[in-house]
Amino acid sequence: MKPNKKRYTLKLHDKLINSFEKFGQSLNGSETNSLSNLRAEGIEVFKAKGFPTTKDEDWKYTSLNKSIKRDYDFGAEFSLDIKSEDVDRFLCTGIDSYKLVFVNGVFNASLSNTTVQDKFFVTNLKDAYEGNSELFNEYYGKLADTQQSMVALNTAFAQEGAFVYVKAGTVVDKLIQILYINSDSSRSMMNQARNLFVVEDRAEVQILERHQSLSDEYVFTNVVTETSVGNEAHFKHFKIQNDQDTTTLVDSTFVKQGAKSNALVDTFAFSGELTRNNLHFEFAGEYAEAHMDAITLLKGSSIVDHHTFVDHAVPNCQSNQLYKGIYDEKSKGVFNGKVMVRKDAQKTNAFQQNNNLLLSDFASIDTKPQLEIFADDVACSHGCTIGQLDDEALFYMQSRGIPQKEAKAFLMFAFAGDTFKNITIPQLKEQLINLVATKLNVDLELNEIDL
Amino acid sequence: MLKIQDLKVEIDGKEIIKGLSLEINKGEVHAIMGPNGAGKSTLAAVIAGRDEYKVTSGTIEFEGKDILDLAPEERAHAGLFLSFQYPVEIPGVSVTNFIKTAINESRKAKGLDPMPAKELLKLMREKQQLLEMDKQFMSRSINEGFSGGERKRNEIFQMAMLDPKLSILDETDSGLDIDALRIVANGVNKLKNENNAVMVITHYQRLLDHIIPDFVHVLYDGRIVKSGDKNLALELEAKGYDWIKKELEA
Repeated sequence: MKPNKKRYTLKLHDKLINSFEKFGQSLNGSETNSLSNLRAEGIEVFKAKGFPTTKDEDWKYTSLNKSIKRDYDFGAEFSLDIKSEDVDRFLCTGIDSYKLVFVNGVFNASLSNTTVQDKFFVTNLKDAYEGNSELFNEYYGKLADTQQSMVALNTAFAQEGAFVYVKAGTVVDKLIQILYINSDSSRSMMNQARNLFVVEDRAEVQILERHQSLSDEYVFTNVVTETSVGNEAHFKHFKIQNDQDTTTLVDSTFVKQGAKSNALVDTFAFSGELTRNNLHFEFAGEYAEAHMDAITLLKGSSIVDHHTFVDHAVPNCQSNQLYKGIYDEKSKGVFNGKVMVRKDAQKTNAFQQNNNLLLSDFASIDTKPQLEIFADDVACSHGCTIGQLDDEALFYMQSRGIPQKEAKAFLMFAFAGDTFKNITIPQLKEQLINLVATKLNVDLELNEIDL
Repeated sequence: MLKIQDLKVEIDGKEIIKGLSLEINKGEVHAIMGPNGAGKSTLAAVIAGRDEYKVTSGTIEFEGKDILDLAPEERAHAGLFLSFQYPVEIPGVSVTNFIKTAINESRKAKGLDPMPAKELLKLMREKQQLLEMDKQFMSRSINEGFSGGERKRNEIFQMAMLDPKLSILDETDSGLDIDALRIVANGVNKLKNENNAVMVITHYQRLLDHIIPDFVHVLYDGRIVKSGDKNLALELEAKGYDWIKKELEA
């Protein structure tokens, strides 16, 4: 008789807390005091709060339970072997770009294309805090809400990630691509990736971020991004979330904008077992504009939860949220958009739109707009729709010779197409549109042709 | 070209077409007239392949082939075209992109490569002129915010681009002013030749002043109750449909 196979695993929460001390020792005092303090505070918050549960108002619709019941390795030595072909297919090609590639949480210099110049730099966060601690300390941990347990957890452990700094008045000449690859096929892993983007006054930069697993093992990525957008600066951040169905991604992004600045976060959520996006915008200066665009295109049993929070703390700012979702099979979506207009934030314009198509009887969407308005001279609107593909339109297209599958794809693309309007790099736009066509399983030129 | 025999069609258990036979040969223009509710639009939709309608008996052959089991797009690829009474709005899809896709999907079905952009552009310009449409029209979303006249012109523009063997025009005259009617009718006439055919569904004589039918059929209560030449349409215009009803009851 075989003995019962029993494997004792600590709960993930406890395992993380227990490993923190060892982690601290491994750092061996190499970090600044302020960073060590942030880590210590982080683990304390996480210890007290634990992983969010559906009892938390902000996590009501999405449970992390399934993901956190698994056993993950972290802090271990993972295989770092990777071929450049494995990386290239997840990058936007055909354009010159700066690249930061991380393999199993570790920066890979040979696959990357970094730069350190007088006017800007694109580099590994770890190098940055070792070399530029003044700048690092000024922003790091200052924009994120470290009282949120997932942010706190990240802050406790995060070591590597992207650091982009753009000096006042500088326009970064190339797209910056950040790719986090998880390739270890022998064990499940948990990552704490961390990005810091500092865009000074009148500077301009565009960033593409992607997390991609190459193995069939479970991956849990908990990423935190802090972005400071200076006065009159222009910032665009594109996120491609098209990972394997063994991946959990919790993305907490915090953007703080100066006066007359313009910032965009554009999310393309196409797959993954569970994706949670916490997107937080704060206006610190007047006449700034924030854009949040997203297309969510899911099937299988993927879950994507978009939580946005826009803090109109000062007058005369504008925020635009455009969230389009298409859900097939048993997939599930959440959109919870909160807009806070504070007492002094007169002349605020806040728009929010969430439109959804449900293609199957088993797909679902929970959508919840929340407007909290304390000023009296504001224009705020929100709209949400849930519908199906229009049969009349389908028949119309079919009667003109467009097969049903292609006709459906066309209608879906038309439905979501306006989320592409803020992409100005043609190669990026084309590749994202092709990605949509691939997702819709059609060989169609969906992009508008110019004759 | 088109041969319908003893066709019976129902929707939600209600019989709409109650044994209809009709034959259209190449080079011919047929007008189907009749009062509201006679089954005219149902007939058009069934030929085009709308699946809400259930064919309970009879056959529809197109070029000697039974088409009842074909999907709407396959019928289109075979050379059928239906101009809609109420063309559908498709926000986000431009006229150009739509027609390009329609043409290339049809070519794909025939094993042909996509039409080169230059050729497509030339063809589009030619057909735009025929329908007196301006260039800006092409970049607008299909039928979105189009006037009645623009919608119908857009239908005939697509017909011109797709060059079908049989065109079914379902109440193409409704919602048209005199000028638009002339443009649309002129377009149809220019496209007409000895190898294709047109089936015009209408309530009124006025479209038939421009598109002269070889045959006129009166559809009433799901059947063709009277057929004749173009003079039958004039007679209907003068006397209305009541005399036919009376004739039938007699």
